[in-house]
Amino acid sequence: MKIVVLVKQVPDTAADKRLDPDTLAVDRGAVDGLINEMDEFAVEEALQLVEKHGGEVTVVSMGPDDATDAYKKALQMGADKAVFLSDPALAGSDALATSEALAKVLGTLEYDLVILGSEASDARTSLVPALLAERLGLPQLTFASKVEVDGSAIRVNRLTDYGHDVVEAALPAVVSVVEKINEPRYPSFKGIMAAKKKPVEALDLAGLGLDAGSVGWAGSRSKVLDATVAPPRAKGTIVTDEGNGGSELVGFLASKKFV
Amino acid sequence: MTPTSPLNDPFDLLDISSQVGEEERDIQATVRAFLDDHVRPHIADWFETATFPRELVPELGKLGVLGMHLTGYGCAGTSATAYGLACLELEAVDSGLRSFVSVQGSLAMYSIWRYGSEEQKQEWLPRLAAGEAIGCFGLTEPDHGSDPANMSTRAVRDGSDWILNGAKMWITNGGVADVATVWASTEEGIRGFLVPRGTPGFTTHDIKQKLSMRASVTSELSFADVRLPDSARLPEARSLGAPLGCLNEARFGILFGALGAGRDSLQAALRYADSRIQFDRPISGFQLTQRKLADMAVSLNTGMLLSLHLAKLKEAGRIRPEQISIGKLNNVRAALDVARECRTILGANGISLEYAPLRHANNLESVLTYEGTEEIHTLVVGQALTGQSAFR
Ligand SMILES: Cc1cc2nc3c(=O)[nH]c(=O)nc-3n(C[C@H](O)[C@H](O)[C@H](O)COP(=O)(O)OP(=O)(O)OC[C@H]3O[C@@H](n4cnc5c(N)ncnc54)[C@H](O)[C@@H]3O)c2cc1C
Ligand SMILES: Cc1cc2nc3c(=O)[nH]c(=O)nc-3n(C[C@H](O)[C@H](O)[C@H](O)COP(=O)(O)OP(=O)(O)OC[C@H]3O[C@@H](n4cnc5c(N)ncnc54)[C@H](O)[C@@H]3O)c2cc1C
Repeated sequence: MKIVVLVKQVPDTAADKRLDPDTLAVDRGAVDGLINEMDEFAVEEALQLVEKHGGEVTVVSMGPDDATDAYKKALQMGADKAVFLSDPALAGSDALATSEALAKVLGTLEYDLVILGSEASDARTSLVPALLAERLGLPQLTFASKVEVDGSAIRVNRLTDYGHDVVEAALPAVVSVVEKINEPRYPSFKGIMAAKKKPVEALDLAGLGLDAGSVGWAGSRSKVLDATVAPPRAKGTIVTDEGNGGSELVGFLASKKFV
Repeated sequence: MTPTSPLNDPFDLLDISSQVGEEERDIQATVRAFLDDHVRPHIADWFETATFPRELVPELGKLGVLGMHLTGYGCAGTSATAYGLACLELEAVDSGLRSFVSVQGSLAMYSIWRYGSEEQKQEWLPRLAAGEAIGCFGLTEPDHGSDPANMSTRAVRDGSDWILNGAKMWITNGGVADVATVWASTEEGIRGFLVPRGTPGFTTHDIKQKLSMRASVTSELSFADVRLPDSARLPEARSLGAPLGCLNEARFGILFGALGAGRDSLQAALRYADSRIQFDRPISGFQLTQRKLADMAVSLNTGMLLSLHLAKLKEAGRIRPEQISIGKLNNVRAALDVARECRTILGANGISLEYAPLRHANNLESVLTYEGTEEIHTLVVGQALTGQSAFR
């Protein structure tokens, strides 16, 4: 089976992130970029499916021209090839615009299954999987904690607040995965050395036949008008238990409307 | 990742990581990530309880760490630089773990890869590379350490077989090894033999009560009339030069590795010095503390430059034994000094296993002695300078 995995390069979650005061977008130049952690689970799931059923894994990433670490990591883990979409006009794309560009890339590829992370750790909208499925006209199976493929059918456990739903669809389909699904492998040294020789197709908007006005700042339908730095967290209250600890605690929870 | 990515901070003051290729940095980062997730949280306990984490061996195999700088037979075939940087990350966690990897890859596997027959390579190398088997390397004896040429272990021909008698001492991995590379004197000179675990007459005995390398197994090997077929002999090993060639491979990893123990100690001391308040200010603000920190950073940075220089010579195929001696001598000495100095910055906390520097210092006592003592390497350099051997 042919699987496409979408991976996004995000700023290191451990680093201090800040917004660019002019664009109000994340200042990506200031910190190291790396693969969105959830996307490693997506890559791992694709590799396991291909190890079981045969086939190949293509990774697709869209980002600034130096955002090459995300797809490189996927290739090192074992994906077969990569498609990298980069164009200055893509900067500022919102979730709708991002999904449009990614859908267009998928239109150039053959696939039975598309796998994404459920959420990117920087913008965290969790919108891209659903938007993409809609644009491709494919069934969406989101928040998967388990994936099984049987012939032309796919079945996933969809994580919910109360446990999970079992959802089925016919292939091709779009799946987004959660961290519970597997344990991503470390790239082996052989994988790291082999990755350099794997094919990477570089695309820009012209090559993709996508109008620059439909993506980026120009084509995004949402605009960030203002941003305020979150205030530092206030000091917690320490209650010394003098026999009244229980009622103090309930009082606190009640004041926050938790009970 | 930009080329100036501060992978070795705070100790990369000279931006030395920009001299390292992307692939090598990726390998280093992968080793570090694996160790941070699976080893670092447990290492102090393993040291205290003298536990060798055997379950890690197949995991290291999967990554490609074991025999990583060798080619074929399931080995990754990385550069010497990548091997050195992997050793650095391993030893930044614990010298015992790096010792395991050095012995497995550079002594056990290298002896077979370099001096073994095709059958021996096919039989052992893929399993050793995958971490499905463990190897050890027996050169040192109870009565012969720095002077292996005078070894007492003897192999005598008996028809087409060999009969091996003697003992080896201080052998890393000995008690857990599936195969031992054993060096013995014969009528024809020094020869190497592969002795599988369980061969009648071959027994091992682990050394207890160690104050150093507690997370590594160190053993005595005994050979009482051990009968070996001639196919157990390493056919290409024809003199003491063979085991010494293996040691040069391992020492190359050690000269990088020791800096890892130094870096980890310095990181711990820096963190502590910034947070420890005495006389109303962090102790990192005192001039004497800063002198210690600065001296240590300078020493580790110059050690790193030396290592990368030696790696280039090795990759060009022109490294000489006395150059490796310079690296081992300088970097192990530097790392041991750093670890001890860091302990002083930690005050009383420094003697607790909760902090790494004294554990590193204790481990480095072994590193200073094994693979050629500090004194012998000094005399090797002296010999290169004067043309006179002062030790043999
Ligand atoms: C300050 C700020 C303000 C923003 N404001 C808005 C706004 O007002 N409206 C709006 O719609 N968006 C906004 N965004 C979101 C931004 O445009 C997103 O980065 C982008 O739309 C992708 O969505 P996401 O990161 O939330 O992805 P998610 O939907 O959380 O990601 C899910 C999965 O989709 C895939 N994926 C996502 N992006 C890519 C990519 N580039 N290449 C390959 N795969 C990918 C990955 O598999 C990922 O795991 C804002 C972002 C920032 C930083
Ligand atoms: C933890 C650990 C693991 C080890 N693992 C292995 C292993 O896997 N395989 C293996 O074969 N060996 C191993 N060794 C042994 C190690 O290589 C030897 O300990 C080392 O070679 C020194 O030998 P020795 O201990 O017998 O000291 P000796 O040779 O007895 O030396 C004692 C002291 O005398 C000095 N000295 C000796 N000769 C001279 C001279 N000519 N001039 C000046 N000074 C001299 C030495 O420098 C040293 O200070 C290990 C040792 C340790 C501690």
